Amino acid sequence: MTLTDERKPSEEEAANPELERGAERREAWRGFLHAVPAYAYLIVFFVLPLVIVFVFSFASRGRTGRPLLEDWNVDGWARLTDPLVRTIVGRSLLVAVMNTVFCLVIGYAFAYWIATRRKQSTRTLLLILVLIPFWSNFLVRTYAWRMLLDSDGYITQLGEFTGLWGRTLFTLPAVFLGLLYGYLPFMVLPLYAAIERIDWSLVEAGRDLYASGVKAFLRITLPLSRPGIIAGSILVFVPSLGAYVTPDILGGAKTTLLGNFIVTQFGAARNWPFGSALSGAILIVMLLATILYFRTGGRTV
Amino acid sequence: MTSRHAASGRTRTDRWLSLNGWFVFAFLYLPILVVIVFSFSGAANVGTWGGFSLRWYRRLAGNEQLLASLENSLWVALYSTIVATVFGTAAALALDRYRRWASRGTFDAILYLPVIIPDVTMAVMLLLWFTQIGLPLGRASIILAHIAFNISFVAIVVRARLAHMDSSMEEAAADLYATRWQTFRRVTLPLIMPGVLGGALLALTLSLDDVVITSFVQGPGSTTLPVHVFGLIRRSVTPEINAVSTLMVTASMILVFSSLAIQRRGEN
Repeated sequence: MTLTDERKPSEEEAANPELERGAERREAWRGFLHAVPAYAYLIVFFVLPLVIVFVFSFASRGRTGRPLLEDWNVDGWARLTDPLVRTIVGRSLLVAVMNTVFCLVIGYAFAYWIATRRKQSTRTLLLILVLIPFWSNFLVRTYAWRMLLDSDGYITQLGEFTGLWGRTLFTLPAVFLGLLYGYLPFMVLPLYAAIERIDWSLVEAGRDLYASGVKAFLRITLPLSRPGIIAGSILVFVPSLGAYVTPDILGGAKTTLLGNFIVTQFGAARNWPFGSALSGAILIVMLLATILYFRTGGRTV
Repeated sequence: MTSRHAASGRTRTDRWLSLNGWFVFAFLYLPILVVIVFSFSGAANVGTWGGFSLRWYRRLAGNEQLLASLENSLWVALYSTIVATVFGTAAALALDRYRRWASRGTFDAILYLPVIIPDVTMAVMLLLWFTQIGLPLGRASIILAHIAFNISFVAIVVRARLAHMDSSMEEAAADLYATRWQTFRRVTLPLIMPGVLGGALLALTLSLDDVVITSFVQGPGSTTLPVHVFGLIRRSVTPEINAVSTLMVTASMILVFSSLAIQRRGEN
C-alpha cells in the first residue's frame, strides 16, 4: 500500500544515487512530520483508550461497583454466553444486519436513480437534498419519529384509520424504522460516489453483446459499484450494532439493544468490567470490518 | 455522457426508480417537516394545531438551563473544530502528498476507525481512559473527546479535495525557488481552502450534534445542548422540544449550505 503507488525514479534522475536517497529520506521524514500531531493525538485519545477497554474487561468489581485493576478474570467475557445477553446480542445483530440490508436495497435504487439523471444540475440538486438530512441533527431526526409513532402521532392515526396497525412506539419495528431513517443517508453517499464514477460505455457494450438488462446490471454495474457497497455497508452496520440513541428514544424494555445494555452497565448496573467486555466485542467486529475494508480496496476517498 | 442513459430513458425500470426516489425523499423529509410545523403551533398538546404562535420560541429564550447548555456547546464546538481542522488538514497532506513514510498504512487505518466506531463504544473508551489518567470530567474532557472524532472527518474531506488536485502548481512554485513554507502558504493552502473549510464545517456540525460521547465524559455544569435536549426527550414530548429541534435543524441547514457554497466557489 505504501510502496506500490510510488513512481520509480528513472535512470537520469537517479544519476547520483546517494543524493537521491537522501532526498527521499527527507521527503519521508516530512510526510511523517505532517502526520505527527494527528497521529500522536489519536494514539493518546483513541488507540490507548481502545486498549484500556480490553484491560478493564478483565478487571474485577469492587464492593461499591468500582472497577479494580486486580484479581484479573474473564467473568465479563463469560457472561456473553448468558441466555439474556445472548438474546440481546442476537437481537442487535439481527437489527444491524436487517438495517444494513434494507439501507442497501433502498439506498442502491435511490443512489442509482440520482446517478443516472441526465443533467449534471439535476444530479447535484438531488444530492444536496440527500446531504441536508445527512447533516441534520441525528437526535432531532429520531425525535421526529417519536412524535409520529406516539398514541396521537400521525402514523399511529393512519394505522388506526386503516386498521392495519396501532401504536408502534416502544416496539422493535419502531426502533428498526428509526435506524433505517437515521442511517440511510450514510449508505446513499458512498453508493452514489461509486455509481456516479461508473463508465457507462461498459454497460452499453454489454447490452450490445445481447446481455439482458438484468444480466448487464448483475455482471457489470453491480461489480463496478462494489467499493461503494462495501463502504456503505460498513458505515451502516458497525454504528447500528452499537446504536443507543434510537433504541433509547423509540424502543422499550423489550427492545434493549447492545448499546443500551452497555450504557446500563456504566450507569445503573455499575458493572464496568462487563460493560467493557461488551464494548470490546463490538470493537472486535469493528476491527474485522476495517480489515475487510482495506483488504478489498473499498476506499472511495 | 450519452451512455449514462442507456440506463435511464423512459423505461419501466426507470419509472420504478423515480417512484422509489421520491418516496425516499418523502421519507427523509416529512418527519422533520412535521416537527417544524408544530413548533409554530400555539397548542400545548403536540400534534394538534392551535394556530400560528411563537410562544414556544419565546419560552426557550427565557430558559436559562437551555441557554447555558447552548453556550457550552458553542465553546466545545469552536475549540474542537479549530484543533481538529489543523491536525486533520496536516494529516490529509501527510497521506496524500507524501507517499512513502514508515507506518503510513497504520496511520491511514487509525484515522479511519473513529468514522465507523459506534458512539457508545467510543464513549466507554474515553470515559475509562479519562478516569484512569485522572482527568477531571468537564468542558475540557468534552473538547478532548470531540477533537478525537473530528480529526478523521476533517482529514477525509481535505483528502477528497487533494485527490482532485494535481501537484503541478506546487511543483511550479518550487521550480521558481519558493520555499516550502511559501509554497504551502501561497499555493497549496489557497487551493485546498474549500476542503479545509468544508471539513471545519462538518466538524462543527458533528460537535454540535454529539449526544452519547458527551453524556459519558461531561462533568457537572458542562452539559451541552443536545445532551440537555436528549434528557428532555426521554421525559416527554413537548412543543418546546419542537421549537429547539427546529432551531437545531435550521443551524445544520445553514452549515450545509455554507459548506456547499464554499465548495462550489472552490471549483470555479
